[in-house]
Amino acid sequence: MSDLPLLTLVIWLPIIGGIAVLASGDRAAEFSKRIALGFSIIVFVVSLGLWAGFDVGTAEMQFVERAVWIPSFDVYYSLGVDGISMPLIILTTFITIFVIIAGWDVITYKPSHYMAAFLIMEGLMVGVFSALDAILFYIFWEAMLIPMFIIIGVWGGPNRVYATIKFFLYTFFGSVFMLVALIYMYFQADSFSILDFHHLQLGMTAQSLIFVAFFLAFAVKVPMFPVHTWLPDAHVEAPTGGSVILAAIMLKIGGYGFLRFSLPITPDASASLDWIIIALSLIAVIYIGFVALVQQDMKKLIAYSSIAHMGFVTLGFFIVFTILRNPEVSGGAVMGIEGGMVQMISHGFISGALFLCVGVLYDRVHSREIADYGGVINTMPWFGAFVVYFAMANAGLPGTSGFVGEFMVILATFRADFWWALLAATTLILAAAFTLWMVKRVVFGEVRNEKVAALQDLNRREAFNLGVLAVAVLILGIWPAPLMEVMHASVENLVAHVSLCKLPDSESANCILQVPAVLSGLTGQP
Amino acid sequence: MPFDAANLLPIVPEIVILVTACLVLVLDLYLSDRHKDLNHSLTLIGLLVALGLTGVVGGGEPQVVFDGNVIRDSITDLLRGAILIVSLLAFVYARPWLKDRDLFVGEFYVLGLFAVLGMLIMVSANNFLVIYLGLELQALSLYALVAFDRDSKKGAEAAMKYFVLGALGSGMLLYGVSMIYGATGSIEFGPVAQSVAEQGMDNQVLVFGVVFLVIGVGFKLGAVPFHMWVPDIYEGAPTPAVIMLGSAPKIAALALAVRMLIDGLQGIHADWQGMLLILAVLSMGLGNLVAIAQTNIKRMLAYSTISHVGFVLLGLLAGSAQGYAAATFYAIVYAVMAVGAFGILLIMSRKGFDVEHLDDLKGLNDRDSWYAAMMALMMFSMAGVPPTVGFIAKLLVLESVVRIDMVWLAVVAVIFSIIGAFYYLRVVKVIYFDKPAPDQPALVTSGGVRFAMSINGLSLLLLGVFPATLLAWCQAAFS
Repeated sequence: MSDLPLLTLVIWLPIIGGIAVLASGDRAAEFSKRIALGFSIIVFVVSLGLWAGFDVGTAEMQFVERAVWIPSFDVYYSLGVDGISMPLIILTTFITIFVIIAGWDVITYKPSHYMAAFLIMEGLMVGVFSALDAILFYIFWEAMLIPMFIIIGVWGGPNRVYATIKFFLYTFFGSVFMLVALIYMYFQADSFSILDFHHLQLGMTAQSLIFVAFFLAFAVKVPMFPVHTWLPDAHVEAPTGGSVILAAIMLKIGGYGFLRFSLPITPDASASLDWIIIALSLIAVIYIGFVALVQQDMKKLIAYSSIAHMGFVTLGFFIVFTILRNPEVSGGAVMGIEGGMVQMISHGFISGALFLCVGVLYDRVHSREIADYGGVINTMPWFGAFVVYFAMANAGLPGTSGFVGEFMVILATFRADFWWALLAATTLILAAAFTLWMVKRVVFGEVRNEKVAALQDLNRREAFNLGVLAVAVLILGIWPAPLMEVMHASVENLVAHVSLCKLPDSESANCILQVPAVLSGLTGQP
Repeated sequence: MPFDAANLLPIVPEIVILVTACLVLVLDLYLSDRHKDLNHSLTLIGLLVALGLTGVVGGGEPQVVFDGNVIRDSITDLLRGAILIVSLLAFVYARPWLKDRDLFVGEFYVLGLFAVLGMLIMVSANNFLVIYLGLELQALSLYALVAFDRDSKKGAEAAMKYFVLGALGSGMLLYGVSMIYGATGSIEFGPVAQSVAEQGMDNQVLVFGVVFLVIGVGFKLGAVPFHMWVPDIYEGAPTPAVIMLGSAPKIAALALAVRMLIDGLQGIHADWQGMLLILAVLSMGLGNLVAIAQTNIKRMLAYSTISHVGFVLLGLLAGSAQGYAAATFYAIVYAVMAVGAFGILLIMSRKGFDVEHLDDLKGLNDRDSWYAAMMALMMFSMAGVPPTVGFIAKLLVLESVVRIDMVWLAVVAVIFSIIGAFYYLRVVKVIYFDKPAPDQPALVTSGGVRFAMSINGLSLLLLGVFPATLLAWCQAAFS
């Protein structure tokens, strides 16, 4: 069991599956869809092996694989997961199954290509989460754009070309500066290993520039205000599956990047510039919350809601520094990051489910306008129930997964600063307002027009998708302990890294953070 | 000098190409129209044999023959192989186009083979004069190729322009060579390098020589501000001529730069570095910016060439073995991408219809999704998106400039590559997202062309995932 290269399998199985689906072509569409579904399920089962074999007691990388890839350039095919990346990998393999199922009947133009693009993207996204070599990471990170570009552009809505080119160029713009930073660090660390980067001592100027380069890459992906504008466009135009993957996983890659790169590699620059991120996160929570309130388009509304929720994630990640600076409060730092992580996973389920719900309506009526609906519950009672449930989860109802992450982040923020926490907590009102108002207008009320009157309730596939996600949201909501347990050691190790001054000795006077006692637990200390 | 048969061994590939060219020249006279395919087969066989012999005579210690005029070292082996493979692909793609237009005559192959011979001489030259001879042989054949479709007005105009500007470039180069000869007393790279290392930049004549040399190299590479000929010729020349002059000659131009600047003038690297720096930044900037405004795809690819030349120059100006290897890697990869991209244009053309405009590519995915995928690969590779090899090539040149602490230059380069990504994406957009014009007939291609294009496209992916071998060859050439 432990000898199997699990990570390699989880990366390459879907890619091989994608090629197989491509090769099978569209002549026997049903057959190639079955291959796609089969591969996605096998990959999910294999990825569960990561959870089963995971040792929660350590922050060391696990399931490590390492092989020379480009010897003259010190690039390794180096994979491994810790408690931060492992849950995200499982989220990826889990969500992909629903995307395949959701596209089953709806996609009529070259369905095999559609399925193949999602399978290949699944492999690439898992690659991003498990790469421990910076160049390998970057290759997966960028390669991911190609299938998404094609998915939005080929199967998207009327304005898809604008949306997909904007999506591609925004993300490409963000990431090339990261590439330069990675190359720069290669010469400092004499290695492309991300873990070696964690032990670099860099001067404040270098740290700040690297921080900005990473910030550009990850902030675009998350997306943070003010570089979020690609997201509503991409979401509105993307086919349902594309929206689900974008919201559920791609945005998480930005958050993951902050945890894997920005925080541990440039802790001092992060500490001195954390106010920018906190401010932008709060703007995302409040301002974007108001923007979501006035949307007429359901997908756009959920897209803005995603930005607001991801604001919580970045807030949780960067509130750490304020807590660490204040020696009187302790323990909140770990909670902030864990809260952000839980929020990411939970948002993956909830936003994925909400986009699937919109997809269900869109496939029947071919409109995303809120005004075209009303009284859907009369004709689609099951669907109505699911929508209300996921909307509640999106608003952070206790008992659903949406509550856990938000609560932890707000709690951590309270330890840092009362006023920030107060601002952050307005999300509880705002999210409830924009989600429930949408539900009210779409689901409840009188049957507005004959199209709504003619609606059919969920078919088997849709019911399965939403049902399974509903269960996942509920389980994570009432029993998040297993997830926390998995990530706890890694997050503690991360906080230890973050609280360590990584400036060279000549600049040690500028250290903002004092090295606390938790240092002894730091793994892999040189 | 006594004739020594052993001298001939290292240049066997050149001899094979020469013999093939002469054979085609003579044979063509006696072939009836129905048997013209023999020219094509013979050319391909000649290139393949030369490729095989490159492998056989290659490897091992550098050999200098013909009284120091010709050298065969690992750079020669690598670039010879790359030139032969790329030219082979170009000939394969060009055949259907020529047949459709009743231009399937021996002259195309003779001129093409002589151009290849010129390039091969350039990569195995060991002194300034031999390299110039190779350059002229290549250039004259290409001028004639551009004017090959004699009924085409645009082709004739392009050929005239190419000839005049090409002659100007060659003149500059020759002028520079003569001054370097005056300053160092030699035209052989080894003695020149020695003499340059001793006297440095104190000698005024040498300074002028180097300046003119760099201008000449800039002309041949098509670097800004010596790029004016590139877009006009790409647009005006018939596509089979463009595929011949836009692919393998870039490798030969790199050889020109490598031989002259590195083998000959490495000693004053610090002085030509600044000149290349200006050329590189201008080329990346102008090439990428102006390409955005193009609606003619051949013209767009011309500006894209200019921007890629900028990246190649980044590697050269770094002045380290890694930089030279990166530049070589980039040039080879670029030639493979370019031959594929122009190949797609040739495949999509048919009798009475040439692919000229971006819109002509509309809906390629609906007409033939395999070719669409190959073209998308070329475009993503040119844009430098992983996992294609274009990314690895950009990564290597960026690494080489960061290595010499020019992080700002790397930042400039990546900013321009973002700008460049836009117009490559536009091609992908046209192929995948737009619907084809209603009256388009199905694409008909022979199995051979499809096979060659598949190899060509997939090699970009394959080299992107496994770049180690090619990279190792490039590095071995400069170690």
